[in-house]
This record gives sequence, structure tokens and C-alpha cells, in this order.
Amino acid sequence: MRQVERDELEPLATGAWILGAGGGGSPYLAYLNMRRLYADGARVNLMDPADLADDALVAVVSSMGAPLVGQERLSDPALAAKSVRMMEAYLGRRFTAVMSVEIGGGNAFQPLLVAAVTGLPVVDADAMGRAFPEAQMTSFAIADLPMFPVTLADIRDNEVIVARAASWKWMERISRKVCTEVGSTAATCKAPRTGAEVKAHGILYTTSQAIALGQEVRRARAAHEDAVAATLAAAKGKLLFGGKVSDVQRRATEGFLRGTARIEGVHDDRGAVFEVAFQNEFAVGWRDGRVVVTTPDLICLLDSVSGEAIGTESLRYGQRVSVIALPAPAILRTPKGLEHVGPRAFGHDTDYVTVFPGHD
Amino acid sequence: MARIGVDVGGTNTDAVLVDGARVLGAVKTATTADVLGGVRAALAQLLAQTACDPAGISAVVIGTTHFTNAVIERRELQPVGALRIGLPASASLPPFVDWPDDLAAMVRGQTHMVAGGHEYDGRPIVPLDLGAIRDAARRMADAGLAAVAVTSVFSPLTAECEKEAERILAEEMPGASITLSHDLGRIGLLERENVALLNACLQRLARKTVSAFADALSGSAIDAPLYLTQNDGTIMRAQAASRFPVWCFASGPTNSMRGAAFLSGLDDGVVVDVGGTTTDIGYLKGGFPREANAAVEIGGVRTLFRMPDLLSIAMGGGTEVSADGSRIGPQSVGFRLLEKSLAFGGDTLTATDIACAAGRVDLGDRARVAGLPSDVVTRSLARMGEMITEGVDRMKSEAGAVKLLAVGGGSFLIPDQVEGCSEVIRVEHYAVANAVGAAIAQASGEVDQIFSNQTRDQAIGAARTEAERRATAAGAAAGSLKLVEVEDIPLSYLPGDARRVRVRVVGDIA
Repeated sequence: MRQVERDELEPLATGAWILGAGGGGSPYLAYLNMRRLYADGARVNLMDPADLADDALVAVVSSMGAPLVGQERLSDPALAAKSVRMMEAYLGRRFTAVMSVEIGGGNAFQPLLVAAVTGLPVVDADAMGRAFPEAQMTSFAIADLPMFPVTLADIRDNEVIVARAASWKWMERISRKVCTEVGSTAATCKAPRTGAEVKAHGILYTTSQAIALGQEVRRARAAHEDAVAATLAAAKGKLLFGGKVSDVQRRATEGFLRGTARIEGVHDDRGAVFEVAFQNEFAVGWRDGRVVVTTPDLICLLDSVSGEAIGTESLRYGQRVSVIALPAPAILRTPKGLEHVGPRAFGHDTDYVTVFPGHD
Repeated sequence: MARIGVDVGGTNTDAVLVDGARVLGAVKTATTADVLGGVRAALAQLLAQTACDPAGISAVVIGTTHFTNAVIERRELQPVGALRIGLPASASLPPFVDWPDDLAAMVRGQTHMVAGGHEYDGRPIVPLDLGAIRDAARRMADAGLAAVAVTSVFSPLTAECEKEAERILAEEMPGASITLSHDLGRIGLLERENVALLNACLQRLARKTVSAFADALSGSAIDAPLYLTQNDGTIMRAQAASRFPVWCFASGPTNSMRGAAFLSGLDDGVVVDVGGTTTDIGYLKGGFPREANAAVEIGGVRTLFRMPDLLSIAMGGGTEVSADGSRIGPQSVGFRLLEKSLAFGGDTLTATDIACAAGRVDLGDRARVAGLPSDVVTRSLARMGEMITEGVDRMKSEAGAVKLLAVGGGSFLIPDQVEGCSEVIRVEHYAVANAVGAAIAQASGEVDQIFSNQTRDQAIGAARTEAERRATAAGAAAGSLKLVEVEDIPLSYLPGDARRVRVRVVGDIA
């Protein structure tokens, strides 16, 4: 167990935003909340998952909804903590620790917000190693662990507990309906996990990895080095395309932000066109009409100059971007994993395509 | 028809007369504390120098860094009442939350958060708390606040709450300036609120400054409309600038880059603008500045403005140089160059003195710098060359050599050869590129409205046609129109595949 230092918060925001693969919402607002909480004296401890007792009870938290909504209805630590207190009251048990469902985007901070309010330690792990839009897209779902109960808290004193669900997909459908009804944003506490489950099926040490990635990008930026190259080196990624955004189509439906973006190539990619489809996160990329990369590999769009990640909600006409791919955690690339998070799970009629040799 | 371009900077007020592709005259005067005197003097000198018929002048276009500088230097800002509508949402991040402490302390008059606002699908979050707005208005009136910024959750989609608040504020605070966030920004509550707050704190200064510009013009023999330049290099009526001073932010660098393109006849290259205290480096692409991608900070405040992608380094004509020539800046004597620098009889070694000693420029009394050791001169010139080379390299986004366009009053500090650049181009009127950029500023047309019962392509096409019509009506040449912004947000709460479409086109003055 170690304390998360104040000067690790900003790198965490930078790193988590890259790992969001376009989704998860910008961590900036959640980071601002943490900065305020730290200024008021709060401190958060980060726990090595190896130190979890097998029978420890771990809260798995997330802010659920469409990233676009998160830019107007802002992240709130009191609401984040409320979903956890609801779960404790429902179970009649206290949690040992808290962890994020996804390290990508704003949810990297959700357990820290809860921890700052409740005093619980944060487990250095998540269940995606990136961001994904739906409940069944977690390593816990791939491992067929139970998916209930789930609590959802809304700012207007609406509290919902989904006591049981027939499957992970049913849990997603029911909680998505609730989330959409309260404005496409809700604080949630997912099915509680035991320490043994986290150790066996969680994606471990991702909070530390996100902080280290953010530190490296920020270092490169400060030293006026190529921040995109620094990201690729630090996260073992590959550069796919460089260009300028020429069109973005977006629609917020069913609690998601869906759409496509078109990027026209510059320099080495002049004359070529890259298209990328998203459902909160970037899911499939086409170069001149041919699929070149798909989920679960992380498809990330970075500002070509600063290396700052660009989310599907902040992508806009005229931006100069570098499209990169980062390798997905191994569990997501298994046949079972691909059923949950492969391109077909997002409605794309294509097999998993990776740019990392040996992965397919 | 000829146009006058004026650049009102922190130190100098420059004016040029441009007719088509020709610069007919250029003058440089000192900026005065009241702004008025400097502009008046510049206009009078320009008319005298060119002996032009005032009746032949079609427009006077002023570019000014006055409002940006006021925020950066924390002066002449007025306290603002912040009214946020959206509770119980977003409560943990109140207005001013990500502002630098010193600026917040100066601008934060009162902050009020009240219940209301909308969801993304157009439903109210909770009913708008009219009573709380009225209470807030009375408390702000009691405290003597004269500027308010109103920001409601999802107001770019539905401005109802902000308009209702404006009505109540006008009743309770007659005469107060009210800025509504949906007039200025898009989705992104905190950034939109920040821009509204910045706009509100500049209201008094904007009214004073714009009316000084108008007075300077009406006191001259010129009878032509007055425009100010916006951050995207287009013009707006002086009246609009007085209500929305934030739209003038960053118009200075845009003007200097567009001026450099005009003076050199080149559309692409790296523009290095050396002023008195800083050097701005930016990229010119197709005659326009390359824009910054990410959130842009103004005086430390995060916004979503579209701004030129600029690198500012602390090196200019007034920058202080250490005795051995190894260290350049960051301190500068600024506008006191004429009293502080060695060449002008002062006791501070500045970059200008070095350039004088090296024979790059003839300013002040060269005898006063003749005694500088040659190794000091060589070392400091080399260091300045390195700083420019590093800056150009950082801003470069493509391999290969580019052309460097040297502008600004201190551009003599730029060496004739810069690594990574094929040539260094020096143009006539380099010191007034900024005013030239103002004179050739473009006209724009914008459409921001809801379309329904048509496809996305049809809606964007219709918006574009209307925006082009408006740009042409504002004086743009039809053949030069260029699409600079297109954005659509589907409004799923309205029937008929409704979407809000924002399109902006710009074109050269016909």
C-alpha cells in the first residue's frame, strides 16, 4: 500500500485519457475534483492487488453514460460515493477496497473519488485495461463471474438497485435503460468482487501503468520531444496513420455516442483516407476501405503535436491527428474474450484484425 | 477601394493604407494610455503621408491585443457575478474552479449555483428555480456588480434557461452587462462558462476601448465603417466587439501571420514575429495560420477557442542580455527600450544593443555599443539564433526545409540562415505586418440553426449555401469563399431527424 502523490494525479489523467481509446470521457473534470479534494487534505492509498485477502470485498465502480453528457453534467465525488454506500447498505457488509471497472478515461479516477470521500484504499487494477462501453465487456464477464447486484445513483435522489439479471447482456440492457432515463449519466457500483476474483480475473497494475504512461508523455512534451513517439515507446504501440479530420458524424442514442470520423492523410499518408467507427470508443479502423485494425486493440487518436488524446466527443473538423494502436490485454484476445469485445460485439461484420504480430 | 488597417499593441499603434495588393503608406506611433490619442495620431499621420482622399477609404479595421493583454496582465478587469444553472448537477466543480488563483480573486464577485438546466435530450434536469435566480440577482445588485455571466447546463442545445435568467437579471439589475454562455461557446460546460466569465469581466474595458476607437475615427476626416478583427482573421462590427470582446482574443498573431503572407506573396511557411518582449512562431498553411488542436489557455484560463497554433518565446528587441552574452532574457525592458538600452543612453544590455553592435540594425547611437567585446556579441547572437531554430523546429510538422517569413519590429534578431529553413525572407513593411493583416482581414458568414426533415448532407448543404450568401453580403468575394467550420449535433428530442448545424465560411474582401 502506498499513497498516491499529488503530482501523480495529472499524469494519471494524461495516461488514462490515452488508454480510453477515444472513450471513457476526458479525465480532466474528475482530475479537477481530485485536485480539490487533495487541496482540502484528502489522501488516497493505492493497494497492490497481491495484498488483497481472498475473502476481501471489493467495490467495482464506474460513472456510466455518454461522454458528451459528461462535458455538461460534471463528475461529482459525492455521487460516486453514494453508489458504493447503497451497495454496502444492500449487502449489509462493508467494502475492503474499491477499484475501477475501466482504467481508460474519466473512470480511472472514479475509485479515487470514492476513496477520497470514504477512506477506502484503491486497488491497482481494473477490468478492461482500457475503456469499453458495455457491462459485458469486462474481464469479469469474460470469466463468467456473477453480474449482480448493481447499484445506480442519480443526482436527483433516484436510487436503483438491479438485484438480479439473467445474463451480463441483460444487466447491461437494464442498467443502460435506467442510465438513459436519468440523463445518460449515473454513478454505478457493479457486482462486488472478492479479493480472490480480483487477483485471478482482474487486469492488474493498470493504475500504475496509466500513471507511468502519463509521466512519460508529459516528460517528452516538456523536453520538446515527439510526444506521439514517446507514447508508442512507452505503451509498445504502433503508428497507423497521420492526417487531418475532414468529417465527423455523431449521434447520441441509447446512452451512447456513436458515429464515424474520416481522416485525410498528410506526409507519408498523403492521398490515403482513414475512417474510424466509434461507439463511445474507437472500434474499427479502415485505410482506403480496408479494415486494418479492430477492437480489442486500442485505437487511439492523438493530437499530432502535443500527443494529447482526443476523445470521440471532442474530435472535430480540421484537427491534425495521429492514429495509433496499442496492444490489448491477453484475456481480451482469447476466443472467449473476442466474443465479448471483438468487432462483431459492436455490430461490425469483420473478424479481429491486429497490427501486433503473434496476436491473431 | 482602399482600407486602413490599424494595430493597437501594448507599445505601438501602427496604421497602414492598403489598396488591392499595394501598401500605399505605413506609420508607427506610440500607444497612449487612453488608446484614443495613439489611434488618432496614427490616422492623421497616415492621411498626411499618403495624401489620400479620405472619401476613397472603404473601411477602417482595427486589430488589438488590448483585451488579451488585460487578462494576461490582470488589469482593468471588472468583478463579475457568476450564475450557473444546473443544480443538482455539477455541484462539486463551481465557477472559477480551474482559474489561476490571482485572476479568480480579481474577477470573482459572487458565484451562484441554482437549480435548472437541461438534459442532452431537451428535458429539464429539474424545474428552473426562478426564485433563486431573483435572489441571486438582488444580492449581486446589492454588491454593486455590473457584469454577470450566465451558464446553463446544455444551453448550446436549449438556451431557454439562460434567456429566462437574462430577463430576471435585467429587471433586478438594470444597466448590468449580461453575457449568456450559449452566445459564445459550444458543448463543454466549464470551458463555455470560462469564456462567458472572461467576456463579462472585460465589459467595461470593451465599451471604453471601442468607443475610443469610434471617437478617433469620427474625429478624423474619414467617413467609413469601423471593424475589429476576430481571432480567425475576419472582421466584425465595432458594436459586436464591444459586447463580445473575447472574440478579439489572439487576433494579433492571426493578423501578423496573414500580413506576412500578403507582404511576401507566399501562402506557406513559418512566420517568426519578433516584438519587444516576445517572439511568436506560427505556421502558415494556404495563407492561414495553422490552428491549435487542444484546449487553449488565455491568461491561464482554459477555453475551447479556435486559435492559431503559436509558440511564444521570451526573446524580443527589449530582452535583456547577460554581461557575457550567454544568457538571453527572460527579462525585458519592454516599452522602456528608448530609455533603458545602451544604444539609447541607458545602462541595460539588450538584444537590440547586440544587433546594433553587430551592424544588423542602425538604431540609437552606435558609438555607445561600439565598446562591446566581439565575443559577447557573437555568443549572444548565436544563442538567439539557436532559440529561433529550436522554436521553428518545435512547430514544424513536416520534414524538409520551409521558408521563414521574418516580421515584427525586432526581426533583425533573426539570422539570415536558420537550420531547417530553406531561406529567410524579409519583406518591406515587415514592422507593420500586423496592421497589414488587419487591413486585409476577411469577411465571414455564419449559420447556426436547427434543420429538420432532411438528410445530414442536405442540412449541411443548406447551411453552407446560406452562410456563403451571408459572407458575400458582408463583402466577401464569391470566388474566395472557404469553409472553415462545420459542426452538427443531432437533437434526438425533436422529431424529423432534427440537428443543430453550425457552418462558418470566410472569404477575401471583394
